[in-house]
Amino acid sequence: MSDLADIISRNEQQIRSEWIGDLHQTVQRSDLMSKAEMEEQCSALLSAVTEAVRSSGSEDVMTAGWRQTREYLEEISASRARQGFTATEVATFVLSLKRPLFSAIRRDMGKTQDRMFDTIWTATELLDRLALLTTDAYLAAREELISRQQQELLELSTPVVKLWEGILALPIIGTLDSARTQVVMENLLQTVVATNSKYAIIDITGVPTVDTLVAQHLLKTITAARLMGAECIISGVRPQIAQTIVHLGINLEDVTTRARLSDAFALALQMSGRTVVRQNASAAGSKVVLAGPLAKQEG
Amino acid sequence: MSETKRETLPLKNSNDVVLARQKVRQWATELRFTLVDQTKLVTAASELARNALDHGKGGSMTIEQVGAGGRVGLKLHFEDHGPGIPDVELALKDGFTTGSGMGLGLGGSKRLVNEFSIESAPGKGTRITVIRWK
Amino acid sequence: MERIPVLRMGTLLLITIQVDMHDKLALQLQDDVTSRIAEWGSTGVLIDISSLEIVDSFIGRMLANIAAMSRVLGAETIVVGMQPAVAITLVELGMSLPGVRTALSVEAGMELLYGAGAGFRTGSEHERDEA
Repeated sequence: MSDLADIISRNEQQIRSEWIGDLHQTVQRSDLMSKAEMEEQCSALLSAVTEAVRSSGSEDVMTAGWRQTREYLEEISASRARQGFTATEVATFVLSLKRPLFSAIRRDMGKTQDRMFDTIWTATELLDRLALLTTDAYLAAREELISRQQQELLELSTPVVKLWEGILALPIIGTLDSARTQVVMENLLQTVVATNSKYAIIDITGVPTVDTLVAQHLLKTITAARLMGAECIISGVRPQIAQTIVHLGINLEDVTTRARLSDAFALALQMSGRTVVRQNASAAGSKVVLAGPLAKQEG
Repeated sequence: MSETKRETLPLKNSNDVVLARQKVRQWATELRFTLVDQTKLVTAASELARNALDHGKGGSMTIEQVGAGGRVGLKLHFEDHGPGIPDVELALKDGFTTGSGMGLGLGGSKRLVNEFSIESAPGKGTRITVIRWK
Repeated sequence: MERIPVLRMGTLLLITIQVDMHDKLALQLQDDVTSRIAEWGSTGVLIDISSLEIVDSFIGRMLANIAAMSRVLGAETIVVGMQPAVAITLVELGMSLPGVRTALSVEAGMELLYGAGAGFRTGSEHERDEA
Protein backbone atom coordinates (compact mmCIF):
# COMPACT_ATOMS: atom_id res chain seq x y z
CA MET A 1 0.00 0.00 0.00
CA SER A 2 2.59 2.51 1.01
CA ASP A 3 4.54 1.40 -2.05
CA LEU A 4 2.02 3.15 -4.24
CA ALA A 5 1.95 6.28 -2.12
CA ASP A 6 5.73 6.50 -2.14
CA ILE A 7 6.02 5.99 -5.86
CA ILE A 8 3.49 8.69 -6.60
CA SER A 9 5.14 11.21 -4.27
CA ARG A 10 8.64 10.53 -5.57
CA ASN A 11 7.51 10.87 -9.17
CA GLU A 12 4.71 13.39 -8.84
CA GLN A 13 6.23 15.99 -11.13
CA GLN A 14 6.95 13.56 -13.93
CA ILE A 15 3.63 11.74 -13.63
CA ARG A 16 1.79 15.01 -13.82
CA SER A 17 3.56 16.34 -16.88
CA GLU A 18 3.24 13.01 -18.74
CA TRP A 19 -0.45 12.87 -17.85
CA ILE A 20 -1.07 16.37 -19.11
CA GLY A 21 0.89 15.57 -22.25
CA ASP A 22 -1.23 12.49 -22.94
CA LEU A 23 -4.44 14.40 -22.29
CA HIS A 24 -3.54 17.06 -24.81
CA GLN A 25 -3.21 14.28 -27.39
CA THR A 26 -6.46 12.50 -26.64
CA VAL A 27 -9.05 14.63 -24.90
CA GLN A 28 -8.32 18.06 -26.24
CA ARG A 29 -11.73 19.75 -26.43
CA SER A 30 -10.08 23.11 -26.41
CA ASP A 31 -13.47 24.37 -27.48
CA LEU A 32 -14.81 23.56 -24.03
CA MET A 33 -11.88 24.01 -21.70
CA SER A 34 -8.62 25.95 -21.76
CA LYS A 35 -5.23 24.25 -21.43
CA ALA A 36 -4.53 26.14 -18.24
CA GLU A 37 -7.76 25.01 -16.68
CA MET A 38 -7.16 21.37 -17.62
CA GLU A 39 -3.62 21.49 -16.20
CA GLU A 40 -4.88 23.00 -13.00
CA GLN A 41 -7.42 20.22 -12.59
CA CYS A 42 -4.73 17.60 -13.15
CA SER A 43 -2.50 19.10 -10.49
CA ALA A 44 -5.27 19.39 -7.97
CA LEU A 45 -6.51 15.86 -8.57
CA LEU A 46 -3.06 14.30 -8.41
CA SER A 47 -2.24 15.97 -5.08
CA ALA A 48 -5.60 14.93 -3.66
CA VAL A 49 -5.08 11.31 -4.76
CA THR A 50 -1.54 11.23 -3.40
CA GLU A 51 -2.67 12.50 -0.05
CA ALA A 52 -5.61 10.09 0.10
CA VAL A 53 -3.55 7.02 -0.82
CA ARG A 54 -1.03 7.94 1.83
CA SER A 55 -3.54 8.53 4.60
CA SER A 56 -6.23 5.94 3.85
CA GLY A 57 -4.83 3.37 1.48
CA SER A 58 -6.33 2.61 -1.91
CA GLU A 59 -8.72 -0.24 -1.08
CA ASP A 60 -11.85 1.68 -0.26
CA VAL A 61 -12.48 5.04 -1.89
CA MET A 62 -15.65 5.56 0.12
CA THR A 63 -13.84 6.20 3.39
CA ALA A 64 -13.49 9.61 5.00
CA GLY A 65 -9.89 10.07 3.87
CA TRP A 66 -11.01 10.00 0.24
CA ARG A 67 -13.76 12.53 0.68
CA GLN A 68 -11.88 15.47 -0.72
CA THR A 69 -10.88 13.51 -3.82
CA ARG A 70 -14.43 12.24 -4.33
CA GLU A 71 -15.96 15.65 -4.00
CA TYR A 72 -13.44 17.12 -6.37
CA LEU A 73 -14.09 14.37 -8.93
CA GLU A 74 -17.85 14.79 -8.61
CA GLU A 75 -17.49 18.50 -9.11
CA ILE A 76 -15.33 18.12 -12.21
CA SER A 77 -17.65 15.49 -13.70
CA ALA A 78 -20.82 17.44 -13.08
CA SER A 79 -19.39 20.61 -14.51
CA ARG A 80 -18.06 18.80 -17.59
CA ALA A 81 -21.43 17.15 -18.05
CA ARG A 82 -23.03 20.56 -18.07
CA GLN A 83 -20.41 21.91 -20.42
CA GLY A 84 -21.09 19.20 -22.98
CA PHE A 85 -18.23 16.72 -22.59
CA THR A 86 -19.17 13.10 -23.31
CA ALA A 87 -19.14 10.45 -20.57
CA THR A 88 -16.13 8.81 -22.26
CA GLU A 89 -14.19 12.03 -22.25
CA VAL A 90 -14.82 12.49 -18.56
CA ALA A 91 -13.77 8.93 -17.64
CA THR A 92 -10.73 9.12 -19.93
CA PHE A 93 -9.55 12.08 -17.91
CA VAL A 94 -9.01 9.75 -14.96
CA LEU A 95 -8.03 6.61 -16.86
CA SER A 96 -5.27 8.31 -18.79
CA LEU A 97 -3.43 8.64 -15.50
CA LYS A 98 -2.65 4.92 -15.81
CA ARG A 99 0.13 5.11 -18.36
CA PRO A 100 2.30 7.68 -16.57
CA LEU A 101 1.63 5.98 -13.25
CA PHE A 102 2.52 2.51 -14.51
CA SER A 103 5.66 3.91 -16.14
CA ALA A 104 6.72 5.35 -12.81
CA ILE A 105 6.06 2.04 -11.11
CA ARG A 106 8.15 0.17 -13.67
CA ARG A 107 11.00 2.66 -13.34
CA ASP A 108 11.07 2.30 -9.59
CA MET A 109 10.31 -1.37 -9.22
CA GLY A 110 11.39 -2.93 -12.52
CA LYS A 111 13.82 -5.23 -10.72
CA THR A 112 11.30 -6.81 -8.38
CA GLN A 113 8.68 -8.26 -10.69
CA ASP A 114 6.21 -9.59 -8.12
CA ARG A 115 6.07 -6.40 -6.16
CA MET A 116 5.80 -4.45 -9.38
CA PHE A 117 2.88 -6.54 -10.57
CA ASP A 118 1.07 -6.14 -7.23
CA THR A 119 1.58 -2.40 -7.20
CA ILE A 120 0.41 -2.06 -10.80
CA TRP A 121 -2.64 -4.09 -10.01
CA THR A 122 -3.44 -1.95 -6.96
CA ALA A 123 -3.00 1.18 -9.04
CA THR A 124 -5.25 -0.03 -11.84
CA GLU A 125 -8.00 -1.02 -9.44
CA LEU A 126 -7.84 2.36 -7.79
CA LEU A 127 -8.03 4.30 -11.02
CA ASP A 128 -10.90 2.15 -12.29
CA ARG A 129 -12.90 2.93 -9.17
CA LEU A 130 -12.23 6.61 -9.48
CA ALA A 131 -13.18 6.57 -13.15
CA LEU A 132 -16.47 4.87 -12.36
CA LEU A 133 -17.17 7.52 -9.75
CA THR A 134 -16.85 10.13 -12.44
CA THR A 135 -19.32 8.25 -14.63
CA ASP A 136 -21.86 8.12 -11.84
CA ALA A 137 -21.47 11.81 -11.14
CA TYR A 138 -21.75 12.57 -14.83
CA LEU A 139 -24.98 10.62 -15.16
CA ALA A 140 -26.41 12.22 -12.08
CA ALA A 141 -25.74 15.66 -13.45
CA ARG A 142 -27.39 14.85 -16.79
CA GLU A 143 -30.42 13.35 -15.11
CA GLU A 144 -30.83 16.37 -12.92
CA LEU A 145 -30.80 18.58 -15.98
CA ILE A 146 -33.36 16.43 -17.75
CA SER A 147 -35.69 16.23 -14.81
CA ARG A 148 -35.50 19.96 -14.28
CA GLN A 149 -36.47 20.52 -17.88
CA GLN A 150 -39.29 18.02 -17.56
CA GLN A 151 -40.54 19.83 -14.51
CA GLU A 152 -40.56 23.14 -16.30
CA LEU A 153 -42.44 21.62 -19.23
CA LEU A 154 -45.03 20.17 -16.89
CA GLU A 155 -45.56 23.45 -15.13
CA LEU A 156 -45.85 25.41 -18.33
CA SER A 157 -48.47 23.12 -19.75
CA THR A 158 -51.02 23.62 -16.99
CA PRO A 159 -51.38 27.30 -16.16
CA VAL A 160 -53.94 28.34 -13.58
CA VAL A 161 -56.05 31.27 -14.69
CA LYS A 162 -58.05 33.67 -12.56
CA LEU A 163 -61.49 34.13 -14.11
CA TRP A 164 -62.93 36.37 -11.44
CA GLU A 165 -62.49 37.29 -7.84
CA GLY A 166 -62.39 33.96 -6.08
CA ILE A 167 -62.87 31.85 -9.21
CA LEU A 168 -60.00 30.00 -10.90
CA ALA A 169 -59.86 27.96 -14.09
CA LEU A 170 -57.43 25.18 -14.87
CA PRO A 171 -57.57 24.14 -18.53
CA ILE A 172 -55.80 20.82 -18.94
CA ILE A 173 -54.44 19.85 -22.33
CA GLY A 174 -53.06 16.40 -23.02
CA THR A 175 -52.87 13.17 -21.09
CA LEU A 176 -53.01 13.12 -17.34
CA ASP A 177 -50.53 10.70 -15.87
CA SER A 178 -49.36 10.30 -12.33
CA ALA A 179 -46.44 12.71 -12.50
CA ARG A 180 -48.43 15.35 -14.28
CA THR A 181 -51.35 15.14 -11.90
CA GLN A 182 -49.02 15.78 -8.97
CA VAL A 183 -47.82 18.97 -10.58
CA VAL A 184 -51.32 19.98 -11.60
CA MET A 185 -52.66 19.38 -8.10
CA GLU A 186 -49.92 21.27 -6.35
CA ASN A 187 -50.11 24.18 -8.74
CA LEU A 188 -53.87 24.48 -8.44
CA LEU A 189 -53.93 24.24 -4.66
CA GLN A 190 -51.13 26.75 -4.23
CA THR A 191 -52.95 29.18 -6.48
CA VAL A 192 -56.15 28.62 -4.53
CA VAL A 193 -54.37 29.73 -1.37
CA ALA A 194 -52.49 32.58 -3.00
CA THR A 195 -55.60 34.08 -4.60
CA ASN A 196 -58.02 33.06 -1.84
CA SER A 197 -60.27 31.48 -4.45
CA LYS A 198 -63.09 29.33 -3.24
CA TYR A 199 -64.00 27.99 -6.67
CA ALA A 200 -61.78 26.17 -9.14
CA ILE A 201 -62.97 25.02 -12.55
CA ILE A 202 -61.01 22.11 -13.96
CA ASP A 203 -61.59 22.00 -17.68
CA ILE A 204 -60.83 18.71 -19.38
CA THR A 205 -61.83 19.59 -22.94
CA GLY A 206 -58.24 18.92 -23.95
CA VAL A 207 -57.91 15.59 -22.21
CA PRO A 208 -58.31 12.85 -24.82
CA THR A 209 -59.24 9.92 -22.60
CA VAL A 210 -60.53 9.48 -19.12
CA ASP A 211 -59.89 6.09 -17.65
CA THR A 212 -60.23 4.96 -14.08
CA LEU A 213 -56.73 6.17 -13.26
CA VAL A 214 -57.31 9.67 -14.60
CA ALA A 215 -60.64 9.81 -12.82
CA GLN A 216 -58.88 8.83 -9.60
CA HIS A 217 -56.35 11.58 -10.09
CA LEU A 218 -59.07 14.15 -10.65
CA LEU A 219 -60.97 12.96 -7.62
CA LYS A 220 -57.86 13.28 -5.46
CA THR A 221 -57.43 16.86 -6.59
CA ILE A 222 -61.04 17.66 -5.82
CA THR A 223 -60.88 16.02 -2.41
CA ALA A 224 -57.73 17.91 -1.50
CA ALA A 225 -59.27 21.22 -2.57
CA ARG A 226 -62.38 20.46 -0.55
CA LEU A 227 -60.28 19.67 2.50
CA MET A 228 -58.81 23.12 2.21
CA GLY A 229 -62.18 24.81 1.89
CA ALA A 230 -62.47 25.24 -1.86
CA GLU A 231 -64.90 23.70 -4.35
CA CYS A 232 -64.06 22.25 -7.74
CA ILE A 233 -66.23 22.05 -10.80
CA ILE A 234 -65.25 19.84 -13.70
CA SER A 235 -66.09 21.19 -17.14
CA GLY A 236 -65.40 20.23 -20.71
CA VAL A 237 -66.84 16.78 -20.30
CA ARG A 238 -67.40 15.56 -23.82
CA PRO A 239 -70.25 13.16 -24.61
CA GLN A 240 -67.84 10.26 -25.20
CA ILE A 241 -66.18 10.89 -21.88
CA ALA A 242 -69.54 10.98 -20.15
CA GLN A 243 -70.30 7.57 -21.65
CA THR A 244 -66.92 6.16 -20.66
CA ILE A 245 -67.37 7.36 -17.11
CA VAL A 246 -70.72 5.64 -16.81
CA HIS A 247 -69.49 2.43 -18.47
CA LEU A 248 -66.49 2.24 -16.17
CA GLY A 249 -68.75 2.71 -13.19
CA ILE A 250 -66.75 5.68 -11.94
CA ASN A 251 -68.58 7.32 -9.11
CA LEU A 252 -68.84 11.06 -9.57
CA GLU A 253 -71.73 11.59 -7.20
CA ASP A 254 -69.92 14.10 -5.08
CA VAL A 255 -68.54 15.98 -8.02
CA THR A 256 -70.15 18.88 -9.82
CA THR A 257 -69.69 18.63 -13.56
CA ARG A 258 -70.70 20.71 -16.57
CA ALA A 259 -70.34 20.18 -20.31
CA ARG A 260 -68.88 23.58 -21.08
CA LEU A 261 -66.48 25.93 -19.33
CA SER A 262 -68.97 28.77 -19.71
CA ASP A 263 -71.62 26.78 -17.89
CA ALA A 264 -69.17 26.07 -15.12
CA PHE A 265 -68.25 29.74 -14.88
CA ALA A 266 -71.89 30.75 -14.67
CA LEU A 267 -72.40 28.21 -11.92
CA ALA A 268 -69.39 29.42 -9.98
CA LEU A 269 -70.63 32.99 -10.20
CA GLN A 270 -73.98 31.88 -8.93
CA MET A 271 -72.53 29.80 -6.11
CA SER A 272 -70.49 32.76 -4.98
CA GLY A 273 -73.62 34.87 -4.78
CA ARG A 274 -73.14 37.01 -7.85
CA THR A 275 -75.35 38.38 -10.54
CA VAL A 276 -74.32 39.57 -13.96
CA VAL A 277 -76.30 42.57 -15.15
CA ARG A 278 -76.45 43.88 -18.68
CA GLN A 279 -76.83 47.61 -18.94
CA ASN A 280 -78.80 48.98 -21.86
CA ALA A 281 -78.39 52.53 -23.09
CA SER A 282 -82.08 52.59 -24.02
CA ALA A 283 -84.86 53.23 -21.57
CA ALA A 284 -85.75 49.54 -21.60
CA GLY A 285 -83.50 49.29 -18.60
CA SER A 286 -81.03 46.64 -17.65
CA LYS A 287 -81.54 42.97 -17.96
CA VAL A 288 -80.45 40.40 -15.49
CA VAL A 289 -78.32 37.76 -17.18
CA LEU A 290 -78.12 35.33 -14.38
CA ALA A 291 -79.59 35.43 -10.94
CA GLY A 292 -77.90 34.50 -7.75
CA PRO A 293 -79.31 34.43 -4.25
CA LEU A 294 -78.79 38.17 -3.89
CA ALA A 295 -80.20 39.08 -7.28
CA LYS A 296 -82.05 42.29 -7.77
CA GLN A 297 -84.21 42.82 -10.80
CA GLU A 298 -84.43 46.21 -12.37
CA GLY A 299 -86.20 47.88 -15.21
CA MET B 1 -21.85 8.97 -3.50
CA SER B 2 -21.40 9.84 0.17
CA GLU B 3 -20.24 7.89 3.12
CA THR B 4 -23.00 5.99 4.83
CA LYS B 5 -24.91 8.42 7.03
CA ARG B 6 -27.29 6.99 9.53
CA GLU B 7 -28.92 8.11 12.76
CA THR B 8 -31.03 6.26 15.30
CA LEU B 9 -33.56 7.84 17.66
CA PRO B 10 -35.43 6.24 20.53
CA LEU B 11 -39.24 6.22 20.55
CA LYS B 12 -40.10 6.05 24.22
CA ASN B 13 -42.67 8.80 24.73
CA SER B 14 -44.88 11.16 22.78
CA ASN B 15 -42.20 13.83 22.74
CA ASP B 16 -39.90 11.41 20.93
CA VAL B 17 -42.49 11.22 18.17
CA VAL B 18 -42.24 14.99 17.71
CA LEU B 19 -38.45 14.79 17.69
CA ALA B 20 -38.58 11.97 15.16
CA ARG B 21 -40.75 14.11 12.86
CA GLN B 22 -38.39 17.04 13.14
CA LYS B 23 -35.37 14.88 12.49
CA VAL B 24 -36.88 13.40 9.34
CA ARG B 25 -37.86 16.88 8.22
CA GLN B 26 -34.29 18.03 8.76
CA TRP B 27 -32.80 15.21 6.70
CA ALA B 28 -35.36 15.66 3.92
CA THR B 29 -34.67 19.38 3.76
CA GLU B 30 -30.94 18.79 3.51
CA LEU B 31 -31.51 16.41 0.63
CA ARG B 32 -33.78 19.01 -0.94
CA PHE B 33 -36.89 16.93 -1.33
CA THR B 34 -39.87 18.87 -2.68
CA LEU B 35 -42.25 20.26 -0.07
CA VAL B 36 -44.98 17.77 -0.87
CA ASP B 37 -42.60 14.81 -0.79
CA GLN B 38 -41.21 16.05 2.52
CA THR B 39 -44.67 16.39 3.98
CA LYS B 40 -45.61 12.89 2.88
CA LEU B 41 -42.47 11.36 4.34
CA VAL B 42 -42.62 13.25 7.63
CA THR B 43 -46.30 12.36 8.01
CA ALA B 44 -45.56 8.69 7.34
CA ALA B 45 -42.76 8.86 9.91
CA SER B 46 -45.16 10.36 12.42
CA GLU B 47 -47.70 7.58 11.83
CA LEU B 48 -45.15 4.79 12.08
CA ALA B 49 -43.35 6.28 15.06
CA ARG B 50 -46.61 6.63 16.89
CA ASN B 51 -47.53 3.05 16.05
CA ALA B 52 -44.24 1.82 17.44
CA LEU B 53 -44.94 3.74 20.62
CA ASP B 54 -48.64 3.04 21.09
CA HIS B 55 -48.90 -0.52 19.83
CA GLY B 56 -45.31 -1.60 20.04
CA LYS B 57 -44.73 -0.33 23.55
CA GLY B 58 -41.81 1.77 22.40
CA GLY B 59 -38.90 1.19 20.06
CA SER B 60 -36.62 3.13 17.76
CA MET B 61 -36.37 4.80 14.37
CA THR B 62 -33.29 4.79 12.18
CA ILE B 63 -32.80 7.27 9.33
CA GLU B 64 -30.40 6.56 6.53
CA GLN B 65 -29.61 8.19 3.24
CA VAL B 66 -29.69 5.69 0.38
CA GLY B 67 -29.07 5.61 -3.29
CA ALA B 68 -26.22 5.94 -5.69
CA GLY B 69 -25.71 7.13 -9.21
CA GLY B 70 -28.68 9.27 -10.12
CA ARG B 71 -31.03 8.36 -7.32
CA VAL B 72 -31.15 9.73 -3.82
CA GLY B 73 -33.58 8.68 -1.14
CA LEU B 74 -34.26 8.47 2.56
CA LYS B 75 -34.79 5.17 4.30
CA LEU B 76 -36.61 4.98 7.63
CA HIS B 77 -36.55 1.86 9.73
CA PHE B 78 -38.94 1.43 12.66
CA GLU B 79 -38.45 -1.29 15.17
CA ASP B 80 -40.32 -2.28 18.30
CA HIS B 81 -40.37 -5.27 20.61
CA GLY B 82 -44.05 -5.15 21.31
CA PRO B 83 -46.70 -7.83 20.91
CA GLY B 84 -46.38 -7.93 17.12
CA ILE B 85 -49.16 -7.90 14.53
CA PRO B 86 -51.10 -11.15 14.18
CA ASP B 87 -52.52 -10.46 10.73
CA VAL B 88 -50.28 -8.19 8.72
CA GLU B 89 -52.45 -8.24 5.61
CA LEU B 90 -55.46 -7.10 7.57
CA ALA B 91 -53.42 -4.33 9.16
CA LEU B 92 -52.50 -3.05 5.73
CA LYS B 93 -56.13 -2.64 4.72
CA ASP B 94 -57.71 0.76 5.04
CA GLY B 95 -60.12 1.28 7.85
CA PHE B 96 -58.44 -1.20 10.09
CA THR B 97 -57.78 0.01 13.60
CA THR B 98 -57.36 -1.40 17.04
CA GLY B 99 -57.79 1.96 18.68
CA SER B 100 -60.83 4.17 18.49
CA GLY B 101 -61.54 6.69 15.82
CA MET B 102 -60.32 7.09 12.27
CA GLY B 103 -57.60 4.53 12.45
CA LEU B 104 -56.30 3.77 9.02
CA GLY B 105 -53.86 1.02 9.78
CA LEU B 106 -50.66 0.89 7.86
CA GLY B 107 -52.23 1.11 4.42
CA GLY B 108 -52.26 4.88 4.60
CA SER B 109 -48.57 5.19 5.46
CA LYS B 110 -47.75 2.74 2.68
CA ARG B 111 -49.25 5.10 0.13
CA LEU B 112 -47.08 7.97 1.32
CA VAL B 113 -43.80 6.25 0.49
CA ASN B 114 -42.27 4.58 -2.54
CA GLU B 115 -41.10 1.37 -0.88
CA PHE B 116 -42.62 -0.32 2.14
CA SER B 117 -41.73 -3.58 3.83
CA ILE B 118 -42.98 -5.03 7.08
CA GLU B 119 -42.04 -7.97 9.23
CA SER B 120 -44.09 -8.86 12.25
CA ALA B 121 -45.44 -11.81 14.17
CA PRO B 122 -47.13 -12.28 17.55
CA GLY B 123 -44.53 -12.13 20.27
CA LYS B 124 -41.82 -11.15 17.83
CA GLY B 125 -42.24 -7.39 17.65
CA THR B 126 -42.51 -5.37 14.45
CA ARG B 127 -39.99 -4.09 11.95
CA ILE B 128 -41.03 -1.67 9.22
CA THR B 129 -38.77 -0.17 6.58
CA VAL B 130 -39.85 2.56 4.18
CA ILE B 131 -38.05 4.48 1.47
CA ARG B 132 -38.97 7.73 -0.23
CA TRP B 133 -36.96 8.61 -3.32
CA LYS B 134 -36.31 12.17 -4.27
CA MET C 1 -47.27 22.84 31.02
CA GLU C 2 -47.52 24.83 27.84
CA ARG C 3 -50.93 25.06 26.29
CA ILE C 4 -52.34 26.25 23.03
CA PRO C 5 -54.13 29.53 23.77
CA VAL C 6 -57.89 29.72 23.18
CA LEU C 7 -58.97 33.28 22.47
CA ARG C 8 -62.44 34.65 22.83
CA MET C 9 -64.03 37.09 20.40
CA GLY C 10 -67.61 37.52 21.44
CA THR C 11 -69.34 34.21 20.73
CA LEU C 12 -66.38 32.98 18.74
CA LEU C 13 -63.43 30.95 20.00
CA LEU C 14 -60.24 31.46 18.00
CA ILE C 15 -57.43 28.93 18.17
CA THR C 16 -54.19 29.30 16.24
CA ILE C 17 -52.00 26.20 16.22
CA GLN C 18 -48.42 27.17 15.59
CA VAL C 19 -46.38 24.50 17.27
CA ASP C 20 -45.55 20.94 16.42
CA MET C 21 -47.94 19.34 18.91
CA HIS C 22 -47.18 16.30 20.94
CA ASP C 23 -50.07 14.08 21.96
CA LYS C 24 -50.59 15.49 25.45
CA LEU C 25 -50.80 19.03 24.09
CA ALA C 26 -53.42 17.93 21.58
CA LEU C 27 -55.53 16.24 24.25
CA GLN C 28 -55.19 19.30 26.46
CA LEU C 29 -56.53 21.43 23.63
CA GLN C 30 -59.58 19.21 23.24
CA ASP C 31 -60.29 19.64 26.95
CA ASP C 32 -59.75 23.38 26.90
CA VAL C 33 -62.07 23.96 23.94
CA THR C 34 -64.93 22.03 25.46
CA SER C 35 -64.50 23.74 28.84
CA ARG C 36 -64.49 27.18 27.27
CA ILE C 37 -67.57 26.54 25.17
CA ALA C 38 -69.40 25.49 28.28
CA GLU C 39 -68.02 28.42 30.28
CA TRP C 40 -68.61 31.19 27.75
CA GLY C 41 -71.51 29.77 25.78
CA SER C 42 -69.59 30.11 22.52
CA THR C 43 -71.40 29.23 19.32
CA GLY C 44 -68.45 29.19 16.95
CA VAL C 45 -64.96 27.68 17.00
CA LEU C 46 -62.34 28.71 14.47
CA ILE C 47 -59.15 26.65 14.32
CA ASP C 48 -56.37 28.20 12.26
CA ILE C 49 -53.93 25.55 11.04
CA SER C 50 -52.14 27.70 8.47
CA SER C 51 -48.87 27.18 10.35
CA LEU C 52 -49.24 23.43 10.63
CA GLU C 53 -46.91 21.70 8.22
CA ILE C 54 -47.85 18.20 9.29
CA VAL C 55 -51.28 16.81 10.01
CA ASP C 56 -51.12 13.08 10.70
CA SER C 57 -53.97 10.77 11.65
CA PHE C 58 -53.70 11.71 15.32
CA ILE C 59 -54.04 15.42 14.68
CA GLY C 60 -56.78 14.67 12.17
CA ARG C 61 -58.67 12.73 14.81
CA MET C 62 -58.17 15.60 17.24
CA LEU C 63 -59.73 18.05 14.80
CA ALA C 64 -62.64 15.73 14.12
CA ASN C 65 -63.14 15.20 17.85
CA ILE C 66 -63.16 18.91 18.58
CA ALA C 67 -65.73 19.42 15.83
CA ALA C 68 -67.94 16.62 17.12
CA MET C 69 -67.72 17.60 20.78
CA SER C 70 -68.35 21.25 20.03
CA ARG C 71 -71.41 20.37 18.00
CA VAL C 72 -72.85 18.45 20.92
CA LEU C 73 -72.31 21.55 23.02
CA GLY C 74 -74.07 23.70 20.45
CA ALA C 75 -71.08 25.23 18.67
CA GLU C 76 -69.99 24.97 15.05
CA THR C 77 -66.34 24.38 14.21
CA ILE C 78 -64.48 25.55 11.12
CA VAL C 79 -60.87 24.62 10.36
CA VAL C 80 -59.07 27.20 8.24
CA GLY C 81 -55.82 27.65 6.40
CA MET C 82 -54.90 24.08 5.57
CA GLN C 83 -51.67 24.08 3.57
CA PRO C 84 -51.76 22.46 0.10
CA ALA C 85 -49.03 19.92 0.94
CA VAL C 86 -51.02 18.90 4.01
CA ALA C 87 -54.23 18.50 2.00
CA ILE C 88 -52.49 16.40 -0.63
CA THR C 89 -50.97 14.19 2.05
CA LEU C 90 -54.25 13.72 3.89
CA VAL C 91 -55.92 12.62 0.67
CA GLU C 92 -53.14 10.09 0.05
CA LEU C 93 -53.41 8.93 3.65
CA GLY C 94 -57.12 8.37 3.07
CA MET C 95 -58.28 10.81 5.74
CA SER C 96 -61.46 12.67 4.92
CA LEU C 97 -61.96 14.48 8.25
CA PRO C 98 -65.69 13.72 8.41
CA GLY C 99 -67.78 16.32 10.14
CA VAL C 100 -65.09 18.97 9.85
CA ARG C 101 -66.00 22.04 7.83
CA THR C 102 -63.16 23.97 6.31
CA ALA C 103 -62.48 27.38 4.83
CA LEU C 104 -59.56 29.04 3.13
CA SER C 105 -59.04 31.86 5.59
CA VAL C 106 -60.19 33.25 8.90
CA GLU C 107 -62.46 35.71 7.08
CA ALA C 108 -64.00 32.97 4.99
CA GLY C 109 -64.45 30.91 8.14
CA MET C 110 -66.24 33.73 9.91
CA GLU C 111 -68.51 34.22 6.92
CA LEU C 112 -69.44 30.57 7.10
CA LEU C 113 -70.20 30.84 10.78
CA TYR C 114 -72.01 34.15 10.90
CA GLY C 115 -73.09 34.87 7.34
CA ALA C 116 -71.87 37.21 4.63
CA GLY C 117 -70.42 40.47 5.85
CA ALA C 118 -69.18 38.97 9.08
CA GLY C 119 -65.60 39.02 7.89
CA PHE C 120 -63.79 42.00 6.44
CA ARG C 121 -64.74 42.97 2.91
CA THR C 122 -61.68 42.63 0.72
CA GLY C 123 -61.82 45.04 -2.19
CA SER C 124 -62.72 43.38 -5.46
CA GLU C 125 -60.95 44.66 -8.54
CA HIS C 126 -63.63 43.60 -10.97
CA GLU C 127 -66.82 44.42 -9.21
CA ARG C 128 -68.71 47.44 -8.21
CA ASP C 129 -71.01 47.10 -5.26
CA GLU C 130 -74.53 48.28 -5.76
CA ALA C 131 -75.88 50.57 -3.18
